[in-house]
Amino acid sequence: MFVLLVLFGIVALLLPALTRGLKNRVFLLAALVPFAAFVHALASGPGILAGENLAERAPWVPQLQLTLDLFMDPLAWVITLIVTGVGALVLLYCASYFTPESEGIGRFAATLTAFAGAMYGLVLAEDVFLLFVFWELTSVFSYLLIGHYQGRKASRGAALQALITTTLGGLVMLVGLVLLAHQSGSASIPVILATAPDGPLTTTAIVLVLVGALSKSAILPFHFWLPGAMAAPTPVSAYLHAAAMVKAGVYLIARLAPGFADVASWREILVALGLATMILGGWVALRQTDLKLLLAYGTVSQLGFLVVITGWGTRDAALAAGALLVAHALFKSTLFLVVGIIDHGAGTRDLRSLSGLGRRAPVLAGIAALALASMAGLPPLFGFVAKEAVLHALVVDARDGMALAAIAVVGVVVGSALTAAYSIRFFWGAFATKRDVEDVAALDHVGPGFLFAPAVLAIAGLALGPLAALADAGIAPAAAELPAVESASAEAYHLALWHGLTLELGLSLVAVLAGLAIFLARESIARLHARVHSPVSASELYWDAIGGVDRLAVRVTTLTQRGSLPFYLGVILVVFVAGTGATLLIGSSGLGEVRLWDTPAQVAIGVVMIASAVAATRAQKRFTAVLVVGVTGFGMSALFAIMGAPDLAITQILVELVTLIAFVLVLRRLPAQLGDRHGSTRRVLRAIIAIAAGATMGVIALVAAGARTEQPISRQWPELAYVIGHGRNTVNVALVDLRAWDTLGELAVVIAAATGVASLLFIRGRDDALPRPARGAVRRRVEQRLDRVREQGRPGEVRNAWILAGPSLDPRNRSILLEVVVRLTFHATIVVSLYLLFAGHNLPGGGFAGGLVAGLALVGRYLAGGRYELGAAAPVGAGTVLGTGMLLAAGTAAVPLLLGADALTSAFVEAELPVLGHVEFVTSTIFDVGVYLIVVGLVLDVLRSLGAEVDRQGDPVERAAAPAEGARS
Amino acid sequence: MTVSLVLVVIMSAMYACAVYLLLERSLTRVLLGFLLAGNATNLLILIMVGEAGIAPIYDESVDPSEYTDPLPQALILTAIVITFAVSAFLLALIYRSWRLANADDFSDDADDLALREGTVLIEAEETLPEASTTDFPLDREDSR
Repeated sequence: MFVLLVLFGIVALLLPALTRGLKNRVFLLAALVPFAAFVHALASGPGILAGENLAERAPWVPQLQLTLDLFMDPLAWVITLIVTGVGALVLLYCASYFTPESEGIGRFAATLTAFAGAMYGLVLAEDVFLLFVFWELTSVFSYLLIGHYQGRKASRGAALQALITTTLGGLVMLVGLVLLAHQSGSASIPVILATAPDGPLTTTAIVLVLVGALSKSAILPFHFWLPGAMAAPTPVSAYLHAAAMVKAGVYLIARLAPGFADVASWREILVALGLATMILGGWVALRQTDLKLLLAYGTVSQLGFLVVITGWGTRDAALAAGALLVAHALFKSTLFLVVGIIDHGAGTRDLRSLSGLGRRAPVLAGIAALALASMAGLPPLFGFVAKEAVLHALVVDARDGMALAAIAVVGVVVGSALTAAYSIRFFWGAFATKRDVEDVAALDHVGPGFLFAPAVLAIAGLALGPLAALADAGIAPAAAELPAVESASAEAYHLALWHGLTLELGLSLVAVLAGLAIFLARESIARLHARVHSPVSASELYWDAIGGVDRLAVRVTTLTQRGSLPFYLGVILVVFVAGTGATLLIGSSGLGEVRLWDTPAQVAIGVVMIASAVAATRAQKRFTAVLVVGVTGFGMSALFAIMGAPDLAITQILVELVTLIAFVLVLRRLPAQLGDRHGSTRRVLRAIIAIAAGATMGVIALVAAGARTEQPISRQWPELAYVIGHGRNTVNVALVDLRAWDTLGELAVVIAAATGVASLLFIRGRDDALPRPARGAVRRRVEQRLDRVREQGRPGEVRNAWILAGPSLDPRNRSILLEVVVRLTFHATIVVSLYLLFAGHNLPGGGFAGGLVAGLALVGRYLAGGRYELGAAAPVGAGTVLGTGMLLAAGTAAVPLLLGADALTSAFVEAELPVLGHVEFVTSTIFDVGVYLIVVGLVLDVLRSLGAEVDRQGDPVERAAAPAEGARS
Repeated sequence: MTVSLVLVVIMSAMYACAVYLLLERSLTRVLLGFLLAGNATNLLILIMVGEAGIAPIYDESVDPSEYTDPLPQALILTAIVITFAVSAFLLALIYRSWRLANADDFSDDADDLALREGTVLIEAEETLPEASTTDFPLDREDSR
């Protein structure tokens, strides 16, 4: 069974590719798969009917007790035969239905085959959750098949409607299945049936499962999707909406009936909804003029019928249900296929436009007649046998005084009369010769291949009547799990054509005669139809609900999506203040102990910092604002120093400097005045939110301090850092060794940010076009420029090039003092940065501080000499520097793995070298070098983007060369 | 563990100023607010150090409890550099916004506004079963 299931999937995947060569013959290939499954089931038949179920087991998610268990018992066997047999025939039929030129054949064949596979899996699933998976798969494939004509709006709408309805039911069912599986302690269907839990929770679960089953089988109030689904190509209707998918609900009811038919409300729900559906469907079918819609409403009606008898819960009823299921699959598929042939030939399915087909296509008419007779319940067809069995099962219980059974009998007879009536209407509509209607000529030659599938199905319906004993042998074992009614005749009921002159036979006769009468009185019925209008239609309710959901979505969207970022941020902050504030008030364990200060100096620093922060909110000029924010940063640095954190103090100062420069580089292009257009709005409200948020953060700090009860783990760090990490500077060892994973992640963030900066500035490519180089080229260019400068400058003046690109600058922009200072300090600064890098393991410093110092050296070169100088100072691209740094850091992480140690494990080497003396080396230093390079790369990226590239974009010469981009200088 | 009240006050004030700036529409002010919030957050972590001690440079003669807690320091150090990297990115964004739109502030989302004003209509695809009576609409036209 697994093999076949997988085969369905593989073939479905291959079909689209094969279609290119095979065209519509691809369906013949596709039909082989369900046919193989059919043959397999048929061959397994004797064993299964003798009580030896097939079972194949495989684990799926053992932690959740999910399995891929498949099993085939008599019930599954019967349904498998229908699903695979009809599936194979319908696929065969498709080869004639579609022409080689039809669009989307490959997709259609694949989806239909996949659907057949999903249906096969659904029937065989032993685990309710596996069943659910296949259940939803059938819904999805059904959606694709109904919407096959993608270009038609009606197709798409109907497909979505069917999908929403059945998946909504499916979700409800899933809840029920979970409850059921939880109560039985197993998701296996046989186990659930064997334990058959009881109680209100089980009733709830069962009702939820029934919602799923009824929505799938198009039972009131979910029936409306099935007529809509007729937008699908007719073979789909013949398979999904007659034989397979709509039977899934019935199958599930049949599956659960042995365990739960006596659960409160089970029978009442199914009988009431089933009868209502049967009668309503039959009544509406009488009104239809589209043959396919007539069949669709007829199917709705028959599904109601099936649900009544399947849910009834006695052995005879289950037998009858099985027979009816088979009979319905045979005759309804036949009829849909016949409609497909008519539509294919005549170009219409409207019975008002069809005439004379009986004479012109007698074989087709004969096939249809057989199927219709079976549907109407005429002997000797199998439909008659099935209906007799149904009536028998109900009459037996009615005779026992069961009121529900009596109601069911009356309802079934009324429904059967309507069925007979619309069967006759179908035959009349499709094949009769009508006055005033031109004969349809196009159906004179229907090929035998086209007729094959409906003919086989119709003949099967005919043959099973006289061969009822054979059918009985096949179906009765599936009913054996249900209790027989004891008070009835001692003998068990069997399917047969002739049971003698019974009440059931009389009821059948009444129904058929009444049906004939209804058909003959069709004019009056039509008038009645015109007068009687249902006050509510389920379909309209559905569209109202969908429209309501859309409107609600729009309303919610407009309510929450204001489109204003300050608004969102404000809401987030208010929720933060309210939520955190409430939690702190209710659940806080008290505030931490408070001391006023460590040294009075903190107070002085604090006053300056707060004043600067407030000034930043009031500043009207960009540079002022940036500077006062910078002051808070320097204040931070002072606080760090006081708190015994020299590394932080150094790093903070360096970062403040670089940040300040980055700001200046960008702000020189922006107007000096800060935009005041929106600045003044809602000041009071913003201030309130701001103060509340600040106060909340303060309380959080106090509470968090109070919540700490244990000694911090890092008390041991200084010693550990020295013993394990071989470094005295605990903070540095923490960064490159103890907590190096954190640092590695942070480096990734830095690289991402640096790359982001570059990509925002370099629009035309990552290559920054700096003349970097080839110093000779720079020099030549410089000399050319110099010549120009000389012409403008005072004659005879000689300027020395203190820095490489110095002479390239406009003399008015040059600062000789700056050039000299940079020239004198650059190399020294680089040396200092390297010292910080390598000394950092034992003294304040490290890769971060060192990298920033080196970055500042580059800043100096850029400020003194502009972008050419930067190009000369950093002959490698920022990307290379960043990449090398990451390579070193990640390499330090990865290499220990190769040596069998944990990632980032450091190693320590010490040696006595001849000249240098005692040398110690820790591998984490390599990591620190990576950090150093990445920080340098970051600063370099900032400089060449926010500095050099902004220069270039502002340069009139360059802009003239590339005028396409940018609005202003 | 005791906390220094002065630090808590500084932190709260900086957070308040940061939030006030973040609620602005001017991108530059938002970035300044971001920087202030970054500093305030580093201060929050610093407060968790407890009492000030001596710098955690290992010395065998010093009692372990006399060092300033090194763990928050490691966290702050990385935070400082990341704040710089991200503010550089924001700066690039501001510059780009200025070049392209000549704007240093962000305006409301146009799609959201359109939806609120009802200029966008959303219609469900509705269908009636009677929509089509044949699978072969083209064939029919041919045969007639």
